[in-house]
Amino acid sequence: MSNAYRNNFLREVTANVEEGEWVKMCMQCGVCSGSCPLGPHWEHPPQEIFMMIRAGKREEVLKSNSMWYCTSCYNCIARCPRGLPITHIMHGLAHYAKRLGMVPQNQQTAKFAQKFWDNLTKKGRVNELTLGLSLYFMNGFGEGVKTSLKMQGVGLGMLKTQRMDPLEILGGHGCKDVAGLQAALKKARQIEEAKAVKV
Amino acid sequence: MADKKFGAYICKGCGIGERLNIAQLGTVAKREGKMAFVKDHEFLCNQDGVNLIQTDITAGEVTHLMIAGCSKRAKTEAFNFDSVAMSRANLREGVIWVRPNTPDNQETTQEMAEDYVRMACAEVRFMNAPTPSQEQGRTAHILVVGGGVTGMTAALEAAKAGYQVTLVEKSPALGGMAAYLYKRIPNRTPFADPQETGVEELAKQAQSHKRITVHLNAKVTDTSGAPGRFSVTIAKDGSTVTETVGSVIQASGFTPYDATKLPEFAYGKTPDVVDQLGLEKLAKQANGGVIKRPSDGKPVEKVIFIQCAGQRSDKDGHLSYCSGHCCLTSIKQAQYFKAANPNVDTMILYTELRTPGFGGEDFYRSGQEKGVTFTKGVASEVTAGGGKLTVKFKDLILNEDVTDEADLVVLATGMVPVSGVNIEATPEVQATMESVLNLSYRQGKDMPQLVNGFTDSHFICFPYETRRTGIYAAGPVRRPMDMTQAIEDATGATLKAIQALENAALGRAAHPRSGDLSFPRFRKEGCTQCKRCTVECPFGAINEDEKTFPVFNEGRCRRCGTCMGACPVRVISFENYSIDTVGQALKAINVPDELSEKPRILLLACENDTYPALDMVGMNRIEYSAFVRIIPVRCLGSVNTIWITDALNGGYDGIILMGCQKGDNYQCHFVKGSELAHIRMSKIDDTLKQLNLQSERVMTCEIAITDLQRVPQIINEMEATIKRIGLSPFKF
Repeated sequence: MSNAYRNNFLREVTANVEEGEWVKMCMQCGVCSGSCPLGPHWEHPPQEIFMMIRAGKREEVLKSNSMWYCTSCYNCIARCPRGLPITHIMHGLAHYAKRLGMVPQNQQTAKFAQKFWDNLTKKGRVNELTLGLSLYFMNGFGEGVKTSLKMQGVGLGMLKTQRMDPLEILGGHGCKDVAGLQAALKKARQIEEAKAVKV
Repeated sequence: MADKKFGAYICKGCGIGERLNIAQLGTVAKREGKMAFVKDHEFLCNQDGVNLIQTDITAGEVTHLMIAGCSKRAKTEAFNFDSVAMSRANLREGVIWVRPNTPDNQETTQEMAEDYVRMACAEVRFMNAPTPSQEQGRTAHILVVGGGVTGMTAALEAAKAGYQVTLVEKSPALGGMAAYLYKRIPNRTPFADPQETGVEELAKQAQSHKRITVHLNAKVTDTSGAPGRFSVTIAKDGSTVTETVGSVIQASGFTPYDATKLPEFAYGKTPDVVDQLGLEKLAKQANGGVIKRPSDGKPVEKVIFIQCAGQRSDKDGHLSYCSGHCCLTSIKQAQYFKAANPNVDTMILYTELRTPGFGGEDFYRSGQEKGVTFTKGVASEVTAGGGKLTVKFKDLILNEDVTDEADLVVLATGMVPVSGVNIEATPEVQATMESVLNLSYRQGKDMPQLVNGFTDSHFICFPYETRRTGIYAAGPVRRPMDMTQAIEDATGATLKAIQALENAALGRAAHPRSGDLSFPRFRKEGCTQCKRCTVECPFGAINEDEKTFPVFNEGRCRRCGTCMGACPVRVISFENYSIDTVGQALKAINVPDELSEKPRILLLACENDTYPALDMVGMNRIEYSAFVRIIPVRCLGSVNTIWITDALNGGYDGIILMGCQKGDNYQCHFVKGSELAHIRMSKIDDTLKQLNLQSERVMTCEIAITDLQRVPQIINEMEATIKRIGLSPFKF
């Protein structure tokens, strides 16, 4: 029997996605989709994502870039009559897709999120200078130079008022026990992966 | 009554004394109204004022009183005197509150008040105090037809209230449709799980109650009589019993829609497509275990519930309405599967999920929590083959055509009421229908239906009332419903049935003129046997004798006067409401001559909705024309065309009839009265032509109780129309 409209993927989402157990409670009213400020730009608004999960469209959901569009404005959570934590589910789905390596190529939000994570975990603190620069150069050298020149005034202003330390470019300061932090993160990932239901 | 003693009482309270010339009104009542005496009082509805009247009544000074003051709908408790005839002149809501208090309006306002006094005096002169019909005694016995949940509940409620009950069930056991259920939709918190039906316990109670007589395998073969004296014949095992009952509750329930009419869903082609009752059967067999496919006994892994199968559809042969319980029933049935094995995929295919009732939404959530999935979509086809069912549907959220597979498909088909013979069908069609009550009424064997075969009752205003007085419909024969609602319905109908038989014992009317003692009387010598009264009575109160003279059944009568309105020779009347009471009142007014430029408009206002609306117009001090004269009527159906002719001959320039909304969504308290009035008035044009009058002079409109702005507008427009077309030439 085909897997369409069977609950396998819904069960997977329930088990593996953060707040995924809420997906089954959606009653398809569409208030979330109507409330989303980015609604017109989504390929699949939240209501549709939830329906696709129930319809067993695993690939389409996890490879979708829809949930990456969520800006965490929380309109949908505030309005959902069933109390679904929709914002969290969107991030949960994005995270799960990332774990499975199913994020669409060149997904900007995903790329920046990765840069942020790498920057943060390297020393236990966000290095704003290198994070900013890596964002400028995320899509190639030419665009990086252009953006840098555009932001020149802001950068100089920050330098002048001592809001930015140019020496941070050399690596900057970190937290006390970087090795300990990284060990803790590694352990956390192991726990999470062990918990995940294999599909 | 040999000697009528007339007395008038005029109240000066609420500003009437300041606005109107009371002495002049007194003179009018005495000289023109022929009142033996006139008394005025500062505050007639207070204890002192009421005592004044009561003393006169007790002393035998007055038997017929005219009270001028507030509307007849106000202060009814104060002016509640036994065994006297009474009319009221509405000087407060009808005059001073709707006219501006300015010197230049004083003359027309006073004229208005004087006319109302003349009218009330004329009315009371032709009234008698009603005496109750002695036709029926007290029969503390109720017949319940139908032994399902509704019928059993009704029987038990009536028995617990101290009434004898006869319960008739056509099948060999009590329980009805509910007996087929494995479990029911929960009616208690937390509304989370399917619940035991409790039907067996209910049947046991009904069967063992000392005041309930249960007839199984039985049928009602004849019902005749009226509330308080119904005679019913019950056939059972080849023999018959006849019982006298005070009132009847029809709880004949429903049958499931015939799913073989849905060939597209393969019902009947494969045993793996079942309707909801079919699934209950499977669940009963499984008895808490895994539910298996009927075709090969394989455990069901995936089941699809198709909602609105053959209902909420305008296709030929489908039901156009929503049966109300099926969404919750499917949620319940999906939980049967989940309880035995949470890994069974249960999908409910719906277009609009409706979960009425107190715990409906909770139960829906509970289903979702248990993993029942809901897909918004429309199924188009089910086919069987290869050991599985293929379901084609359109997903309305994803906007895709889907071909899906399942082991079992459940069709949520609707409820078809068992309401017996459709008395509006042709005799040939009627002959093919099986009657429930076998009424020996000239109007037909069963109760009139409104739409879709459900018995006629007003959904909001009088849900249990039917168009056969003393017979109450309860449960799915009235409208589609689930068990919780049916139990509530049964309780409500039982209260009405008790009320009906107790009212009948006292000779009182049932709803909506509850407590009214008057009833129609007819002068046989004048009757032309035209049968209009018997045909038009909305409640089937009038039979015919062998010479086709009407035979009134007072107990069945709701006292609306539709027969009085219908009678072409005007031989039907009530003691306190007759052709004369209204006819003389409308003729009593003072008609100014043609040169005065003071037209007169007659407004016949239904006292159920229009008259209260007019009272509220007064309370809100909304002004209307001083030229209108308003007479409340029991129902627009009671308006006899002679009143219209008399009014036109008498010099009225315009006539407005205001009644309730008619049609399928009627608001008429007597169901058909307003409709009949509209039909009769549509034929008044001939009369107008004979009199050489314009048709604009008579209008009929539908008014709701909330039409406070519209009613004065219509009155004022009529005044403008008359100004345009000129005064009536019939001013004498």
